[in-house]
Amino acid sequence: MNKADVLVIDDESQIRKLLQISLESNDYNVIQASTGKEGLILSANHPPDLILLDIGLPDKSGHEILKEFREWYNNPIIILSVQDNEADIVSALDNGATDYLIKPFRTGELLARIRSAIRRSQNIENNTTITCGDIKIDLVARIIKRKEETIKLTSTEYNLLALFAKNEGKVLTHQFILKEIWGYSYQTETQYLRVFVGSLRKKLEENPNNPQHIITESGVGYRFQ
Amino acid sequence: MGLLRTRKYSKRNQYLISTLLILLTVFMCFISVGVIGYRAVALILLLVVSLNAILFDIFPVLLSALLSALIWDFLFIPPTLTLHIGTPEDGLMFLMYFVIASINAVLTYKIREVERKKRDEEEKEKAIKLYNTLLNSLSHELRTPISTIIGAIDTIKDNQTKLSDNNRYELYSEIEIAGYRLNRQVENLLSMSRLEAGFIKPKKDWCDLNELVFAAIKDNKDERNCHKIEFNPNENLPLFKLDSGLIEQMLHNLIHNSIQHTPKGSIIKIEIGNSEANCTIQVSDNGKGFPANEIDFVFDKFYRLNNTSTGGTGLGLSIVKGFTEAMNGTVYLENLPQGGAMFTIEIPCEFSRNTDLENE
Repeated sequence: MNKADVLVIDDESQIRKLLQISLESNDYNVIQASTGKEGLILSANHPPDLILLDIGLPDKSGHEILKEFREWYNNPIIILSVQDNEADIVSALDNGATDYLIKPFRTGELLARIRSAIRRSQNIENNTTITCGDIKIDLVARIIKRKEETIKLTSTEYNLLALFAKNEGKVLTHQFILKEIWGYSYQTETQYLRVFVGSLRKKLEENPNNPQHIITESGVGYRFQ
Repeated sequence: MGLLRTRKYSKRNQYLISTLLILLTVFMCFISVGVIGYRAVALILLLVVSLNAILFDIFPVLLSALLSALIWDFLFIPPTLTLHIGTPEDGLMFLMYFVIASINAVLTYKIREVERKKRDEEEKEKAIKLYNTLLNSLSHELRTPISTIIGAIDTIKDNQTKLSDNNRYELYSEIEIAGYRLNRQVENLLSMSRLEAGFIKPKKDWCDLNELVFAAIKDNKDERNCHKIEFNPNENLPLFKLDSGLIEQMLHNLIHNSIQHTPKGSIIKIEIGNSEANCTIQVSDNGKGFPANEIDFVFDKFYRLNNTSTGGTGLGLSIVKGFTEAMNGTVYLENLPQGGAMFTIEIPCEFSRNTDLENE
C-alpha cells in the first residue's frame, strides 16, 4: 500500500475522469474534488502526496485555493492552466505552485511532471553530485562533465547551472533566477539571463538550437532536465 | 453617378467652396453684365447653384441658392445696390429663381440619398456573404476533426475484437491529429477575437529570435515531414525587446501557411536580421507564389485563395498582420522572381548587444 495519493481538483468531470484513469493505471491513488472547497476538506483529513489544481475554478479562483493550501500543505501542487496565461502561471509559481501544465497536455508529460515533483519532495537530502543525461555536476568540487569530458564554465555560468541542477525538473521563473544569481535589483534584467542561458547551452547541449537540458518555458522561465 | 458620390469635403469646406463659387461667378457676371444683360446673369447663377447641388450637401446648396438670389437682386436687378425690385416681371423672375434653385438642391439631395441607401444595402449583402463564407469554412474546419474523432471512436467501440492492432493504432493517431487540429483552430479564433477586441497588449521582454525560430519550426514538426525548412541561426543577432509569445505564433502561422500551400518537397527558408531600428523576419518558399491579383487580400480576415483545396480558416495570415501591427510593425508579401513567395516582417524594437556582460 505505498501508492501515492493524488488529489485532482477540477470542475470538469471529463478531465477528472481522464486524469483518474491515466493516473490509476500508472499506480497512483486518485481522489477527486470538483471545487476548491471540497478539495480543502478532503485533504485536511488525509493530506495527499500531490495535488493537481485547475487554476480556473468556479467557486474560488485557483490562486486563492493555492494560497490557502500553502498555509499548511507542503507537498507538491501542480497547477493546470489554459494557454496564453503566462502572467497567471508566473503568479501561481510565485505563490508556491510546484509546477504547471497547459491544457491540453499529453498524459506522458503529466506523469513525468508528477513523478519528478514527488521525487523531489521526498528526496531533500543534499546531493553533492547531480547526473542529468550525459551531464554530471559535482557541486562540491565544482566540476562539470559531459560524456566524461570536463567543461569549463565562468563563475556566473557555474552559479546558473548549479541553481538549475539543484532544481532539476522544476520550472524556475525568470525573476527567481535573476534574483538568485544577480540579486534583487536585477529582477527585470532578462537580457542577462538570455545571454548566459545561450552560452551555457553552447557548452552543455549537443545541439544548442534544440536544447535537451535547459528548456525554455515560453513567457515563464526555464526548466533544467 | 460618380460625381453624385463626392462627399469628401468637410462641412466647413462645403460652405466655403460653394460660397466662393457663387462670389466668383458674381464677379465675372458683374464685369460682363453690360454685354449679357442682368437676366442672363440669373441663368448663369442657377447653373452654379446646380453645380453646387451635385457636389455638396443640402444646406450649403440652399445657402448658395439664397445668397445668389439676394446678390442677384442687390447687384443686378434695377434699381441696383438696393434690395428693391422695380418691375413685377423682375419680382416674378426673382421668386422663380429662388424656387428653382431650391428645388434643384432638394432633388439632387434626394437622388443622392437613394444612391447611398443602395450602396449601404450592397455593402450589407457583401458582409452577409463574407459571414456565410466564414461560417462555411469555419464549420468545415471544426467539423472535420470532430467527425474524425467521433467516427474513429465509434469504430473502435463497435469493433472491439475485429480491429487489427495496426488499424486501431491508426485510428488513435487520427484522433490525436484531429485533437491538435481543433486546438489550433480554437487558438486562432481566440487570437483573432482578442485582436478584434483590441485586447492584444504586447508584453515586451528581451528575446533570442534564433531560439524562437527553432521553437516555431519544432512546433510545426508533425506537418513538415514532406517539406524542408532551412534556417541558419544568425549568430551575430542582438537580443530584441519583443513579445516572444506573439512572435512565436506569427512564425508558427507563417511556416504553417507555407507548408499548407506549397507542394510536397518544397523548401521553406527563414531568415532573420536587423536594420537600424527594426528587427526583420523573412519567410520564403519555392512554391508557386500567389496570384498577382490576390496578393493584396491574403492578409484579410477569412480570405482564402480562390482555388485552394487545402484547409484553413483564412485566419493565420490575418493574425500575423494583426500581431505585427500590434507591435507597430509592418508585414508584406511579394512573389519572388525565381518563383515562390516571401513574407517580410519588420518590427521596430530596442535591441541589446550585451555580449560584453560581465562573464568572469
